[in-house]
Amino acid sequence: MTDWEMVIGLEIHAQLATNSKIFSGSATAYGAPPNSQASLVDLAYPGVLPVLNAEAVRMAVKFGLSINATVARRSVFARKNYFYPDLPKGYQISQYELPVVKAGSLGIVLEDGTVKTIGVTRAHLEEDAGKSLHEGLAHASGIDLNRAGTPLLEIVSEPDMRSAKEAVAYMKKMHTLVRYLEICDGNMQEGSFRCDANVSVRPRGREKFGTRAEIKNLNSFRFVEKAINYEFARQVELLESGGTVLQETRLYDSDKNETRPMRSKEEANDYRYFPDPDLLPVLIDEPFIDAVRATLPELPDDKAARYARDFALSPYDAGVLCASRELGAYFEAVVAASSKASAHRESGNAKLAANWVMGELSSALNRDNLEIGASRVSPEALSQLLQRIIDGTISGKIAKDVFEAMWSEGTPADAIIEAKGLKQITDSGAIEGVIDAVIAANPKQLADYRAGKEKLFGFFVGQVQKATEGKANPAQLNELLKRKLGGAS
Amino acid sequence: MLHTLSIAELGLRLVRKEISSVELTRFFLARIERLNPALNALISVTPDQALEAAAEADRRRAAGEDAPLLGIPLIHKDIFCTEGVRTSCGSRMLDNFIAPYDATVVTRLKSAGAIMLAKSNMDEFAMGSSNETSYYGPVKNPWDTRKVPGGSSGGSAAATAARLAPFATGTDTGGSIRQPAALTGVTGIKPTYGRVSRYGMIAFASSLDQAGVFARSAADAAPVLKAMAGFDPRDSTSVDAPVPDYTAALDAPLAGLKIGLLREFFEGLESRNGALIHDAIAIYRALGAQTVEVSLPHLPLSVPTYYVVAPAECSSNLSRFDGVRFGYRCENPKDLTDLYERSRGEGFGPEVKRRIMTGTYVLSAGYFDAYYLKAQKVRRLITDDFRAAFAQVDLLIGPTTPTPAFDIGAKMEDPVTMYLNDIYTIGANLAGLPAMSLPCGFVDGLPMGLQLIGPHFSEGKLLNAAHRFQQETGWHNRTPGGYES
Repeated sequence: MTDWEMVIGLEIHAQLATNSKIFSGSATAYGAPPNSQASLVDLAYPGVLPVLNAEAVRMAVKFGLSINATVARRSVFARKNYFYPDLPKGYQISQYELPVVKAGSLGIVLEDGTVKTIGVTRAHLEEDAGKSLHEGLAHASGIDLNRAGTPLLEIVSEPDMRSAKEAVAYMKKMHTLVRYLEICDGNMQEGSFRCDANVSVRPRGREKFGTRAEIKNLNSFRFVEKAINYEFARQVELLESGGTVLQETRLYDSDKNETRPMRSKEEANDYRYFPDPDLLPVLIDEPFIDAVRATLPELPDDKAARYARDFALSPYDAGVLCASRELGAYFEAVVAASSKASAHRESGNAKLAANWVMGELSSALNRDNLEIGASRVSPEALSQLLQRIIDGTISGKIAKDVFEAMWSEGTPADAIIEAKGLKQITDSGAIEGVIDAVIAANPKQLADYRAGKEKLFGFFVGQVQKATEGKANPAQLNELLKRKLGGAS
Repeated sequence: MLHTLSIAELGLRLVRKEISSVELTRFFLARIERLNPALNALISVTPDQALEAAAEADRRRAAGEDAPLLGIPLIHKDIFCTEGVRTSCGSRMLDNFIAPYDATVVTRLKSAGAIMLAKSNMDEFAMGSSNETSYYGPVKNPWDTRKVPGGSSGGSAAATAARLAPFATGTDTGGSIRQPAALTGVTGIKPTYGRVSRYGMIAFASSLDQAGVFARSAADAAPVLKAMAGFDPRDSTSVDAPVPDYTAALDAPLAGLKIGLLREFFEGLESRNGALIHDAIAIYRALGAQTVEVSLPHLPLSVPTYYVVAPAECSSNLSRFDGVRFGYRCENPKDLTDLYERSRGEGFGPEVKRRIMTGTYVLSAGYFDAYYLKAQKVRRLITDDFRAAFAQVDLLIGPTTPTPAFDIGAKMEDPVTMYLNDIYTIGANLAGLPAMSLPCGFVDGLPMGLQLIGPHFSEGKLLNAAHRFQQETGWHNRTPGGYES
């Protein structure tokens, strides 16, 4: 049996968050009535000309600097010629031979915690096409040109990824990065961030790449993973049964979880690229680059390194908290509020805050489908709750119930603890009394425990917490119970 | 006899209130009605808009405004988009196309106060050298209606020669202003590439197209070019440089001017044509200019280079005419491919199709390097030749065309012979240089043109040299028989 290796390269299309289109003054807002954002330039009327939106160039440069790429001092827009109703000019304006960004890289964290560097071959500017509409139209197709001319940054990776998981990690990292840079809203449902995956296989150890298939227009991380894995299996099966892989474009059908050929090679277009004579070469000088560099925010990797260093977080936790600027900001606000309120070492607070932000808070947000900015519990309120764990007022377990109440009622932690009488029992005498009663009520279990069935320890903990409604201080309970079960009086 | 007056003289009469713009407009509209049917120089005449604009110009004058073109009528080549008026580009494809906006050239001349009378006939999408490729039929040369007026701006040239308007606009991609100006005995200037905005001018070959002027003299062309020229933020290839007062520079002396005689232009030149050019050179010498022979070794490659570059760009520029959003759409398309094929097949004429096919071919995988890329390299060599020449001389001089106007139908079956008509004019387009043609005499009763080519942005110098020549000669004042009154 051949051991097959998967080789993946991604072409990510990120819609740039400019206010107007790349070559016209039309707005780029999503969801406007069809063709309400299509000017004469977007409609390719006779005589109109494109004028480059400088903001799109600025965003591309910002991206290039963030992945340590070369920003081309001179880049050129070309025309990619083909006929399609959603392409009004009969050509797409796209950078071809001379892209604005060349040779960068991005690090991804693998499952075993090691960092792998993925090469970014290039990133170029181009215009998006419109959309063909077929629903609700009998014997006709509609064309909506609102999206035509929306600026795209196409980010092309090297074929450096070796599993679907790596591809997803890379795409997620890019997704995080473009939102950090505020050059793309990252909205995958609306198609603002999507990718094409080039997949090939080869016997492990062989240098030469196999023939690749390109899977078009994947707009969720889940689909990327599933489509790549399907494609890998398809190619391996094909090769093992003596077939050959065709270089072709395929479409992923998420309902059937399969990829299908989009168009055959015979129909493949000859795009007849040539430099667009309506646009001058884009010339970028040092002062422009420096000015863009000055607008770079703290990048995800730098922030994660800072979290790991300053808050003693694991690289994994730090990475999760840096997935978006907003999440990081929330986390830091919790830490800041906690540091103010507590004499404890900051890193201890931070670790607790990290666990809560990644745990309870994230699941509550996911459950209600909310962004971090719309959290029902503010960083300050969460910090107060964590404070009550640290100062021993409540246990971590009780805190989860308090958090649920805070989330649903919007009440501060202290008020809930007070109202529901959730304050932890730290009086040893009181806890001992309950333990004695539990032991007395369960002689069989006591005998079994003493005969060596130590697993029953948990049973006794459970009984005591049941009797105290979970309020017994866990550490004290453990210590006292161990002593009592061991035979001490 | 208002049609014999220069723009300056007409302006003076308007200032003195001897005539109104409305009267002047009526005069030329009547002339169009009487004389155009034999010429077919115009595709659309717009009397209502013209009279309305003339009344507005009269109001502006009454309010104390004065400007060289305020109230002066003109004719626009039908390649410029004009809001609310059919803009056909000489093609069936756009026969039903009412432009929803004005080209920048149109806007600028409108705000300068010029009055559009009509839109002129032209080779389809400006592709042609004889005006015979127009969907609206050939334009006749006023000097001999059996002859072509040249092209592609043949309608504007014939209309200016027949005095249907004091001036007209045109476009020049490979000689489309200078060649018809020469063949109809009028003055035509193609400015530096980037001098005049291309916005709203239906594209043929974007890197070569440039708008310019037909007029009866350099002195008339000067204020028109001044009004048209200048940076336009809507055209990325327009150049942000100040526009000088071309009129003020017309009379500058030519003493010391260095004029280069282009060796390649004189080789094999027909003797009677050559004699006219040498007469013109003698006049320049008499005016104090020095002449030296210069050579542009790569210039003979300009025709093949042009017929790769221009079709390549046109094949892409004309893709937008697909029957989907505007223009001609075939009846009952079966499917999308049928819609494309028949709309384009029925909407475009043979010359346009020939160039789209040539252009598609030279850009195709496997041929791109051998044709398109090589042509770009030769284009650079030709540009370098001109640059080297302008290190030695101020202007280049030579003929505009190899022969006078030819018979209608004579070259239609032989595109290559037709293409060779542009042999002297194409170089300036490839190098983006300003160039003009001015009447310099007659061969067999037909006018011939003298061509002047200058370095980038030397329009002022060209107009100056042309004006001084026209002060010494009367060729530009000759009017074709039948159009004197």
